[in-house]
Amino acid sequence: MTGKKQQKPSLPKTSALIERPKLITRRRALQGIGAAAGLAAGTGLMPGFTRYIQASSSEPIKLGFQAHRTGIGATYGRWYEQVSTAAVKLINESGGIAGRQVQMIAEDDGTDPKRGAEVVEKFATEHKVDIVFGTLFSHVVIGSAPRAGELKMPYFVVSEGHHVASGKLNRYVFQPGITDVRAQVSSMAPWISQNLGKKVTMIFPDYAFGYDHRDYFSAAIEKQGGKVTTLLPIPATESSFTKYFPQIPTDTDVIYHVMVGPGVLTFVKEMGEFYGSSHPQLFGFIDSLEAVDFASPGLEFLEGSHFWEAYPRYADGHPTEFDKFYRSKVGVDDNGASIANPKEISTYSHMFGCWETLYVIKQAIEQSGYQSPTPADKAKLVEAVESMTSFAESNEHPQGDKTFVGRIHQCFGHQYISQVEKGRLKVVHRTEIADGTYEPETDYTTKPL
Amino acid sequence: MSLGPHLLLAFLEGSVSAFVLALTALGLSLVFGVMRVVNVAHGEFFMLGAVLASAFAGLTGDHTTFGFLLAIIGSPLIVGAIAVAADRLVLRRLDYQPEATIVATIGLLYIIQQATLMTYGPDAHSVAPLINFHLRFPWFGYSGYKLVVMAVAALLLLATWYGITRTKFGLIMRATQFDRETATAFGVPVDRVYAAVFALGAMLAAVAGVLIVPIRQAHYLMGLDPLLQSFIVVIIGGLGSLRGTLIAAFIIGISDGMISVFFAPTLGKILATLLVALVLVWRPGGLFGAKA
Repeated sequence: MTGKKQQKPSLPKTSALIERPKLITRRRALQGIGAAAGLAAGTGLMPGFTRYIQASSSEPIKLGFQAHRTGIGATYGRWYEQVSTAAVKLINESGGIAGRQVQMIAEDDGTDPKRGAEVVEKFATEHKVDIVFGTLFSHVVIGSAPRAGELKMPYFVVSEGHHVASGKLNRYVFQPGITDVRAQVSSMAPWISQNLGKKVTMIFPDYAFGYDHRDYFSAAIEKQGGKVTTLLPIPATESSFTKYFPQIPTDTDVIYHVMVGPGVLTFVKEMGEFYGSSHPQLFGFIDSLEAVDFASPGLEFLEGSHFWEAYPRYADGHPTEFDKFYRSKVGVDDNGASIANPKEISTYSHMFGCWETLYVIKQAIEQSGYQSPTPADKAKLVEAVESMTSFAESNEHPQGDKTFVGRIHQCFGHQYISQVEKGRLKVVHRTEIADGTYEPETDYTTKPL
Repeated sequence: MSLGPHLLLAFLEGSVSAFVLALTALGLSLVFGVMRVVNVAHGEFFMLGAVLASAFAGLTGDHTTFGFLLAIIGSPLIVGAIAVAADRLVLRRLDYQPEATIVATIGLLYIIQQATLMTYGPDAHSVAPLINFHLRFPWFGYSGYKLVVMAVAALLLLATWYGITRTKFGLIMRATQFDRETATAFGVPVDRVYAAVFALGAMLAAVAGVLIVPIRQAHYLMGLDPLLQSFIVVIIGGLGSLRGTLIAAFIIGISDGMISVFFAPTLGKILATLLVALVLVWRPGGLFGAKA
């Protein structure tokens, strides 16, 4: 009976979190303007026009957060929002971006591609934000990115998908906070073929994100002398999974599974029912159990199996002072659960991407001298991000150091392989950045701005 | 996996979905048969049943059995009450006109779905099953709880069948279905019969939701699939024909299970939809419905 409370809805709480900083920020901004004006007028030391310059640059920087508050991405969405809110709060406390306060405006896209594009539109025309960020689900990214490009709206996604680096999107779309699937699976394949086996069955979602896994993992494992013998694509809305398992050949060495959405727990449980304790080696992307407690009944069969993690859920997996700092700021305990409710497990392997992305945005605005959402300033901002090459491990980048390839708008970081041991994840391998990097497939910097 | 065990698994999976589908579709068929109302919000009653079951499980904590009993009695009652309220406040005021009620129940669908989203939240919640044992065949394992689902669903179907064919309420209901005006003339309180039938239909969906939630999970969007499948079943079986609905539920459920296991789940859905189209072309009244 552990399941029922683990994901208590907290919509009101989250929206309260969003409302509050907005109010404070506005008030602070007004106070700032007022104080500046008062100071200038009162002392008479500054020339009259300075007031106006001061006033305009004191306006908050507006960041549109495209949130999966509802729909199949809601669990991720809530954590993405919590992390982004925490990062914005911290940035504001330490002086904001380029001396300006940051105002985060969240809009729900319902994890729906069509609404995603509408949300981008709304950010541009109604809220008049400077930047849009935070989208996770690949189909929403692919649905929204063209509109962002048309509106010349810098659009920072935290999606893992290979769609940014593949050249499929446009010059305004970046993914500087999380490694893409192609790099993740390429760095994972050698370890899998050496330690688990060479004949692999893949179970993956039947849409863009899953296809990245299918295409690039198949290629990577073949390079290692292995082979994907069976592909089991699962439709996005599927709710029962037992019927797929008979298609897994009995002589398969490894089942590679990656699932997302509300059905993930059902998926893993039914796999346990089907196989019991004697199953092929299991290698899962943590997505299959993100936000799920490993102590849930029915998951005992996972003991000894392996998972990819982008960022170890348990604090002993990557014990650094930066991780400690980050965990405390986003309200997550050493087990990767919410401090407020230990039954509520975070999406730890993904949500750091929002944190790191916000610091990349900060760096880009400050380096480029970006002032306001004019085409010229946006172009400067885009070029500033494209000129970045690496991020050092720090409080701003707690997951680890990363390289950034401006031509493909994509960052590359370390990945982790963890084994389930006594119902928790224990890191057994950390990849090098070079394990996953590949020849750029495109060059966005040559595209018009 | 060799053919024998493969077939067994396909049959088991198909039967579970057939039983659950039969309960849900029976509710839809009853409402249409008696009231001539196409209830587009039917799937949301299914979802409410599941969501309430997860809420009851939350209340009772580790007392799984108690939580399940509470859910299987409490959830349908609450959903039934909501259905009665919907009947009184919406359907009756529209005088049960077929077109108006379709639009009204679409509205009801969104109201229920969004109200659930606002109160229960967007996350999927799991509920522990009543029993936690697994059958271990030599080739694969199977959840024992799924057998419980089949047994309980079979009992409920029998009870409903008995209620409709052997009790006075069933007689009144059938009389209303047969000829509303004559029934009124003979003193049948048609309004109350309508409210009761709408509640019964919703309760059947809700109880199916309660049964399914330990297998799947409770989620505010889970009502769409059972709604579509119920429509497929009801159209193939014949709108308003209870016997047809049951037979169609088992044809669709088991064949879908078989096709899903042996070929691909999407193919199962394609074939079911194709069958609907064929039935609509050649037998618009459904396989067991009155000839149009």
